[in-house]
Amino acid sequence: MKFEDIIQKAEKYRVQYNNTFRDKIIEHMYQEIDNILNQVVEYKKNEDTLSKIEKYIDTFLTSKVGGIIALITLLSIALWITLYLAGYISSLLTSVFSYIETLLLKFLTLIGLPKLLISFLIEGVYKSAALVIAVMLPPMTIFFPLFTFLEDLGLLPRIALNMDRIFKSVGVQGNQALTMIVGFGCNAAGIVSTRIIKSPKERLIAILTNNFMPCNGRWPLLITLSTLFIAPTLATTQSPLIVSLLASLCLVLAVGIGLMFTLVLSLGFSKFLKSFGSFYILEIPPFRKPNLIRIIYTSIVDRTLFVLYRAVYMSIPAGIFVWIINYFNVSKTIVEYLDGFGKLFGLDGVIILSYIIALPANEVVIPAMLMLYTQAKNLVEIDELSTIYEILKVYGGWDWKTAISVMLFSILHNPCTTTILTIYRETGSTKWTLVATLLPLAIAFSTLFVINNTFFKIL
Amino acid sequence: MKKPGPECENCQILRRIRKYTKIDYTMALVGNPNVGKSTLFNFLTGMNVRVGNWAGKTVSKIEGFFEFKIQDQKYTIKIIDLPGVYSILSFTPEEEVTRNFLLLGSYDIAIIILDATNLHKNLILVYQVFEITSKVILALNLIDEAKRKGINIDIPKLEQKLNVPIIPIIASTGYNVETLINQSIQIIQNKKKVEPIKYQFPDKLQQIIDELQNDILTYYPELKNYPALRWIVLRILEGDKFIIELLKKKAIKVKT
Repeated sequence: MKFEDIIQKAEKYRVQYNNTFRDKIIEHMYQEIDNILNQVVEYKKNEDTLSKIEKYIDTFLTSKVGGIIALITLLSIALWITLYLAGYISSLLTSVFSYIETLLLKFLTLIGLPKLLISFLIEGVYKSAALVIAVMLPPMTIFFPLFTFLEDLGLLPRIALNMDRIFKSVGVQGNQALTMIVGFGCNAAGIVSTRIIKSPKERLIAILTNNFMPCNGRWPLLITLSTLFIAPTLATTQSPLIVSLLASLCLVLAVGIGLMFTLVLSLGFSKFLKSFGSFYILEIPPFRKPNLIRIIYTSIVDRTLFVLYRAVYMSIPAGIFVWIINYFNVSKTIVEYLDGFGKLFGLDGVIILSYIIALPANEVVIPAMLMLYTQAKNLVEIDELSTIYEILKVYGGWDWKTAISVMLFSILHNPCTTTILTIYRETGSTKWTLVATLLPLAIAFSTLFVINNTFFKIL
Repeated sequence: MKKPGPECENCQILRRIRKYTKIDYTMALVGNPNVGKSTLFNFLTGMNVRVGNWAGKTVSKIEGFFEFKIQDQKYTIKIIDLPGVYSILSFTPEEEVTRNFLLLGSYDIAIIILDATNLHKNLILVYQVFEITSKVILALNLIDEAKRKGINIDIPKLEQKLNVPIIPIIASTGYNVETLINQSIQIIQNKKKVEPIKYQFPDKLQQIIDELQNDILTYYPELKNYPALRWIVLRILEGDKFIIELLKKKAIKVKT
């Protein structure tokens, strides 16, 4: 028999069966499965109390209001613990680093290196790396294990289920919430994780909006600024407990702003792009007892050290660059040149230049700003967070409005180069990569322009 | 719960293998999402993991290695964590990857992982895999969870119904995993015969299938003892372009 004849015959049967073979077979299979399971599986009524409690918790978490409350509360608590403890570790680390710096300085002088080279090595290379570690390591070592703990408990899928209701109303699906949670860690990773979204259109939307979730590179900046500028302005006392609580609420709000932009843009894109949607299956895993060793291992080794390595790796060239432009006194010219532009948006030349320098990695923004403000040559010992505050306030003339502008810019601006490359790889399209890069930038600038020319003018 | 099952007193999983000269067996992990496939994979392989992409797909390909010792005999085993799927009718890239691997990939056994708390949903995949290969074993995961939820499964009876060995395991603690691997090796070595049940179609449909099956055999006689023949007929009835093309090129690898 010829092959074509077989196919033709199959075609004939398919038409005859109205294209319902698949449904028929699945239906039939289920009948048989039910039949078998009825004989094999027995459900006892007497569940133990623990699983009854689990059911109650589940009902609460997957309910409309309960889930949102739980999400906000848990995120606030996790951030609060992070902020409260990170300050201590941070000041410990910075004092260790400044001690090493003195030793290093002595050593380099002893072996007779020229002054210029010593300045280059210490101010350009060592300090920028040390600063990045001191600012980034403490929040990460606390936040990541907490986050992994929540992940391990089985809470995150429940949150995604909740989010599905919200996301459905803007025409996308709940899996996007999971990719956004990954984006908290790293946007590039978040974009890779959009592979779980099956519909090409919804996946594209998830890729384009992932950037609005602040990643690791941006958390330290948000944490530092809300602790230094926003919380003290709001707080009536200086108790670190209260300040850190307020700061963590600020951060939740910041995430909320990112979420809002994500939803609005998703709505726009889903109206604008035409394609079919996809179904959404989400399995709620049982609550599992988190494995502490695994949590510590994955959060410290996989996340913290990896992110830190990248940050240091990126910050050294940035530090060298800033040192060189400071040394040749070009930085002042560039900063002055950019100043007028920055001022339009409540920023200044240094901030704009820092963001340009930090294009490869957002982690570098704070160190770059500090070095540019102080002209690096006379960089003050950064032994505590309060020194950062001093520099930004005295040299930069910052107030809480500047801090809010910088934080907003940080949440909304373009993705870092790694993320841009990832977007290109995942979408395979120059057009969408450009949209993903330029659209957030445009949104960031226009938001700041509006805010600085309305609310901040009045206040 | 007691440690390794009684059938496997002399077995041992050695995770940190330094180097290997040849791979003795390849095992593929199949299962729905969230049934503990990756947990089992991690338990077996420890750190020996290789992550890549399936050719032409944005689906991660995860492979790992471990050694298994039965008495004094050591086996190097490669294990492939196939993407978690609910069925293999190839609606999604994951389903396509899993299906194509089961159909065309080289592996010695497919370990199907089941969630004991959710058998109803899991078994549909089991039936579909049975259609493709008869080198299978079932791992019934999360039996502790099921017990806690008051679900009682008569494993010997289910085993008899499906005609495939079912090993209860707890992937997170590694309970009974040695037995699972030991039994898998027994099946690979043909020391244990497995003949998964094939479900009965309604008579009318079965007639059509038989008819087409005979037609295909006249065109491609090498498929005579091919376990997935009936499944291929079904795919052709549904007009699956990929399978039609495979058949046209006679590109189906028939294992002997």
